[in-house]
Amino acid sequence: MRIEANALKATLKRREVLQGVDFLAEPGELTAVVGPNGAGKTTLLRTLAGLLPATAGSVTLAGRPLGEWTSRMRARVLAYLPQERIVNWALTARAVVALGRLPHQPIGAGESVSDARAIEAALAAMDVCDLASRPVLDMSGGERARVLIARALAQEARALIADEPAAGLDPAHQLTLFAQFARLAAEGRTVVVALHDLSLAARFCHRIVLLNAGRSIAAGAAPDVLTVEHLAAAYGIEGRYALIDGLPVVLAHNVLP
Amino acid sequence: MTMGGSRHFAPWQLLAVLGAAAVAAFLISLATGPAGLGINAAGEARLLIFREIRLPRAILGALIGGALGLSGAVLQGYLRNPLAEASLLGISSGAALGAVLAIQLGLSQLFALALPIGGLIGALAAMFAVIALAGLRAGAIAMLLAGLAVSSIATALISLVLNLAHNPFASVEMVFWLMGSLADRSLPQVWLAAPLMLAGMAILLLVGRALDALTLGEDAALSLGIDLAHTRWAVIVGTALSVGAATAVTGVIGFIGLIIPHALRPLTGHRPSLLLPASLLAGAGMLLLADAALRLMQPWVELRIGVLTALLGAPFFIWLVLRTRRELL
Repeated sequence: MRIEANALKATLKRREVLQGVDFLAEPGELTAVVGPNGAGKTTLLRTLAGLLPATAGSVTLAGRPLGEWTSRMRARVLAYLPQERIVNWALTARAVVALGRLPHQPIGAGESVSDARAIEAALAAMDVCDLASRPVLDMSGGERARVLIARALAQEARALIADEPAAGLDPAHQLTLFAQFARLAAEGRTVVVALHDLSLAARFCHRIVLLNAGRSIAAGAAPDVLTVEHLAAAYGIEGRYALIDGLPVVLAHNVLP
Repeated sequence: MTMGGSRHFAPWQLLAVLGAAAVAAFLISLATGPAGLGINAAGEARLLIFREIRLPRAILGALIGGALGLSGAVLQGYLRNPLAEASLLGISSGAALGAVLAIQLGLSQLFALALPIGGLIGALAAMFAVIALAGLRAGAIAMLLAGLAVSSIATALISLVLNLAHNPFASVEMVFWLMGSLADRSLPQVWLAAPLMLAGMAILLLVGRALDALTLGEDAALSLGIDLAHTRWAVIVGTALSVGAATAVTGVIGFIGLIIPHALRPLTGHRPSLLLPASLLAGAGMLLLADAALRLMQPWVELRIGVLTALLGAPFFIWLVLRTRRELL
């Protein structure tokens, strides 16, 4: 499912956070949204997911304007993982992951066989089967993050938008998470991820969108986007894109004066 | 699967046990009173006692306890706060103000239903005031603040009415009414309140799914296809109908909406949707038993049910505060 936005503008508390962003995420690809703090990454993802109305411009899912989707239809094809890892009650990990099946369950219906299968698969994918019966509130930050990612995976949507899913994960779980995202993309899904780790983005993402001050200043493959000039313009750093053992790494040398 | 004492029952088992307990409490309530089972009374008198005194009282007890428990569970789930209950939305103070005004203006002397009708109008007025104050697209916090504002205004106006009461009998009637009671309620009052309470409870039972999704925050709930505007309306209107009608008939009965959901939450695996029917059944059972206990105490002490629930509820609240403090340390 293709996600596309044109000249997108969005406002938060009377501040225009997105000032005309063009965006494209193709099925079968892992798309990264990067940029400095306050560049508008979260606002872009929330607007794409239909959680925040655009003040101008358009968003289309699979070629259809977002406004034409009912919230329930949208929830079946698009999963969204918020940056804040909120769990309000002492639900077990399995109960939290099961919430991802809500869009697929008719009102009043319990868990079906396919629901149970999706839940078990999501728990296994995020390596949290052992935690299934533990309350999420008692877990470490990284464990809770993985359970919440599993919740989004259990939704089995054609598109997944995840806001900083890797934050707070140890290196091993970061790698398995992105391998999982790559696998979802290889299955033909559309995966959009906001993140700060430019090396992870360069290594795993087919396409990188660099935001700065509410505008997209570059989009494309990692070597074309993460250039010395773009890193300087967006982050104000002297940075370098390099290959170590054949894998891309982005080094930040200095903060520019 | 069970760990940390979080769930020992399957959902249907829990609901079956609570349902059986509520039915038992209903029968106990029917059998309790100064005339006992009415074995000694003549046939006609016995029928009269059951139909005119005990039946309305038991039906009201079940409906009102259920409405209070259910609305407490809904509001705790919606506001994601274990300390929430219906009185926070200003609905019950609005109903109380309406009823007190009906006494002050002498309307309750003119016809018997003036008191509950005044209460209903007060509850609806409070509901519209909360909606107007919070705005149509309000989040949970804005709604809570609007509820507190309406509640404090209504409480201030109740004090004003009490202050200005023209004769001591009227003020005694008001004060007693404010304490809450199921005694001496007639079948017409049941017919007035029951449809509204049932409609309100039906609306509240439908938000369970939304409350489950809200566990993960408003953005996640929206992305799961939940219509939050619809949910907010259902919470406000459902609470106003069920608790408004309940308060209009019986006066203020506190703490059931706070205690019942809180006590049951661990038994439901902390799932907000399962907590709704569980709190409804347990609230009904608890209020019926409390009311039956009052009638057993009657030869020695004349106690109002609102006073009893407050006496039982306040220590529970203190225990809650202490436990929360321990968890924060």
